[in-house]
Amino acid sequence: MSIEVRNIRKAFGTFEALNDVSLEFPSGELVALLGPSGCGKTTLLRIIAGLEAADSGTVFLEGEDASGTHVRERQVGFVFQHYALFRHMTVFENIAFGLRVKPRHRRPAEADIRHKVHELLNLVQLDWLADRYPAQLSGGQRQRIALARALAVEPRVLLLDEPFGALDAKVRKELRQWLRRLHDELHITSIFVTHDQEEALEVADRVVVMNHGSVEQIGTPQAVVEQPATPFVADFINLDDHGPDWLVAARLKHRGHILQPVHNPLRPLRA
Amino acid sequence: MAGVTNSVASHTANHVASGVPSSSRHRDYQASPATREAPWVRYTLLTIALGFFTLFLLMPLFAVFTEALRKGWGVYFAALVEPDALSAMRLTLLAAAIAVPLNLVFGVSAAWAIAKFEFRGKQFLITLIDLPFSVSPVVAGLIYVLVFGAQGWFGSWFGDHDIRIIFAVPGIVLATIFVTFPFIARELIPLMEAQGRDEEEAATVLGASGWQTFWRVTLPNVKWGLLYGVILCNARAMGEFGAVSVVSGHIRGLTNTLPLHVEILYNEYNFAAAFAVASLLALLALITLALKTYVEWRQTATLSPESREQAT
Amino acid sequence: MPTLSHLITRRHQVLPGFGLTLGFTLVYLSLIVLLPLSAVVFKTLSLSFAQFWEIVTAPRVVASYKLSFGASLLAAGINTVFGALLAWSLVRYRFPGRKLVDALVDLPFALPTAVAGIALTALYAGNGWLGKLLEPLGIKVAFTPLGVLVALVFIGLPFVVRTVQPILEDLELELEEAATCLGAHRWQIIRLVILPALTPALLTGFALAFARAVGEYGSVIFIAGNLPMVSEITPLMIITKLEQYDYTGATAIALVMLAVSFILLLVINSLQGWSAASSSSTGGRKS
Repeated sequence: MSIEVRNIRKAFGTFEALNDVSLEFPSGELVALLGPSGCGKTTLLRIIAGLEAADSGTVFLEGEDASGTHVRERQVGFVFQHYALFRHMTVFENIAFGLRVKPRHRRPAEADIRHKVHELLNLVQLDWLADRYPAQLSGGQRQRIALARALAVEPRVLLLDEPFGALDAKVRKELRQWLRRLHDELHITSIFVTHDQEEALEVADRVVVMNHGSVEQIGTPQAVVEQPATPFVADFINLDDHGPDWLVAARLKHRGHILQPVHNPLRPLRA
Repeated sequence: MAGVTNSVASHTANHVASGVPSSSRHRDYQASPATREAPWVRYTLLTIALGFFTLFLLMPLFAVFTEALRKGWGVYFAALVEPDALSAMRLTLLAAAIAVPLNLVFGVSAAWAIAKFEFRGKQFLITLIDLPFSVSPVVAGLIYVLVFGAQGWFGSWFGDHDIRIIFAVPGIVLATIFVTFPFIARELIPLMEAQGRDEEEAATVLGASGWQTFWRVTLPNVKWGLLYGVILCNARAMGEFGAVSVVSGHIRGLTNTLPLHVEILYNEYNFAAAFAVASLLALLALITLALKTYVEWRQTATLSPESREQAT
Repeated sequence: MPTLSHLITRRHQVLPGFGLTLGFTLVYLSLIVLLPLSAVVFKTLSLSFAQFWEIVTAPRVVASYKLSFGASLLAAGINTVFGALLAWSLVRYRFPGRKLVDALVDLPFALPTAVAGIALTALYAGNGWLGKLLEPLGIKVAFTPLGVLVALVFIGLPFVVRTVQPILEDLELELEEAATCLGAHRWQIIRLVILPALTPALLTGFALAFARAVGEYGSVIFIAGNLPMVSEITPLMIITKLEQYDYTGATAIALVMLAVSFILLLVINSLQGWSAASSSSTGGRKS
């Protein structure tokens, strides 16, 4: 499903979180909202989900104005930064939740729920954890369960708020590649928020770079790295470039292909 | 009083907020030379502390049971099954049975509004909810006399309609509601604030309605805190003396609660009977403490991952 | 309820029920607490200021203030010292029966005040376990101001223990270890590291114990003896006036007590704010 936001403004008191943001997210893509903290990316994500209302502007889901649609009916899957797993429920019950709260006439039979949950557990490769509680899981496991829970209601879009933010470096890398593969399998329009350049470039089909509540650039990872639209983008993409050039550059990859920062022309790499 | 009755809540609030169980309860302070005192210092401090504890808390407790049984079990039981004592028991149970559920509904409702939403004047509202804790019980009784008494605001109206509030059962119930007013709200507010809105929002995104979210997500998360509040609220409701004393007509068999019955017996120099009834209330206090300790233990157990591990 | 949702500072709310729950909260709060309490103010307004002043400064009433506030201050002070010691022992030392002691600290919360009152009287009366030991020494406790003090110490103890205990538990061991590595002695650490961290909690506990003691009635009247000018507490003055059907007199004194309660509530609130702020800044654990 395609998503479009038009002229979105949002202020918290005197702080302007979003300043006239208009964006289109084509169907089936995996898009990263990238920017420093406080740039408004999470607010934008929450507005798309319907968890927050814009002061002005419109969200269109599949071309339809979603302003009047409650979060409950928007059919979005939302993965929270700290997962927001229900701590008093087992992993199984967490994933089944969205199915169990459906109105009676639309609620699947118990056997179907069971089947569906195990299907999802298999999808996230954690079938063996069904009876555990969230507190007993590692961060990476919680993340995958949160994703499975969001997918259980067959959302039309998947929104992820800093999905790997709370994980350690190694798990992050594994999990983002796994997310990419999962997206290739499911092809649900997905938006994820991140402040990590490497992460955005590596897995996203398209990157939206934001700063101070405005969009600086929209483009493929290659475009963002190789033809930055503004000085901010050029700067932000190379934010932590200490170390030798080749090492910095090697970090900026898209699905394994090395990208070439504009003011850091890369010498050919030898293994 | 504010802040102390909710020690468990604020404690668990820390757990929830930090996401890691505080390891403090398993620390061995005497293992490290940096946190260890010389043995003689340790034993002196411990002796003073436990001596004070024995003198001020343990001895009064023992005194109640000793005095109650001074004249033997026969007198003891006779004092408990006497009709006036039984009717006092019934009134005490009735007052608690009305006050606790009402304050429970109020507590949950106030905690939902305060913990899940941001609005102006929130801090002031919390202070107002705390107010009954800092009002003297005698004043708590007095205010209802001023409102419903014969010369009070609504006194003449109720008088004309032959409804007695003061020096009657409704007054006792009202005073009990007042003194137990903040207990459950104070317990739930910090707990629900610490748990934030994430889980409720997640439930909503997954399609749950407001009631479904409340029953399936919010309530299970705070059930131990809720129970804790109910236990304390009930103990105070059954034990309140000052406020109830002001609005009760002290009519035996009619407007006497158990604590008031203790006073009457004591003032008639019927000490054995007074302590017998008092021992019943002391027993209630001990049960309350036992339940409270159990709930505290459960509450921490639910939140710490290690104990979950052991449970499975 | 459009009027209530007006109050919301974040305009959009996903979760429902704000108007309903806040509305019920405000109505219930007004009916049970605010409206009846306002009666005290309105009733007092029927007096001229001179009349009011005469009632609340009558010698017998002033004597009751002195006893109530004096004994409460002293009791809160005693509780601060011994309560802190008890909290320290419960957190730092392991001894048999520790869990039992920990649970029983809350006894004064759970035990009806009338029961505490008659139990303390039985202990300290001339023929009681403790009275028997003290009277030969010339110390009379029951039916004297000293008895009032004893009762107020009893009811105030858990306030201090329960405020100090959690702070002590969350105190970082690393602070003490660091201080030791820097060459500090145990006593210096307690004085320079631990006590400053506990100060807000100790003050809060003191204020809470004091506030409770000032209004206390049930546990005191049995042991106090209630002699005019000597061992009458202020809440008893209200009861005495009520028994003489002097409602305005009772209300005037109640207003004084309410004013004191309000001030104490404000003090306690700011102390707790300070306590929370300082424990989170020294705690170092981010939420």
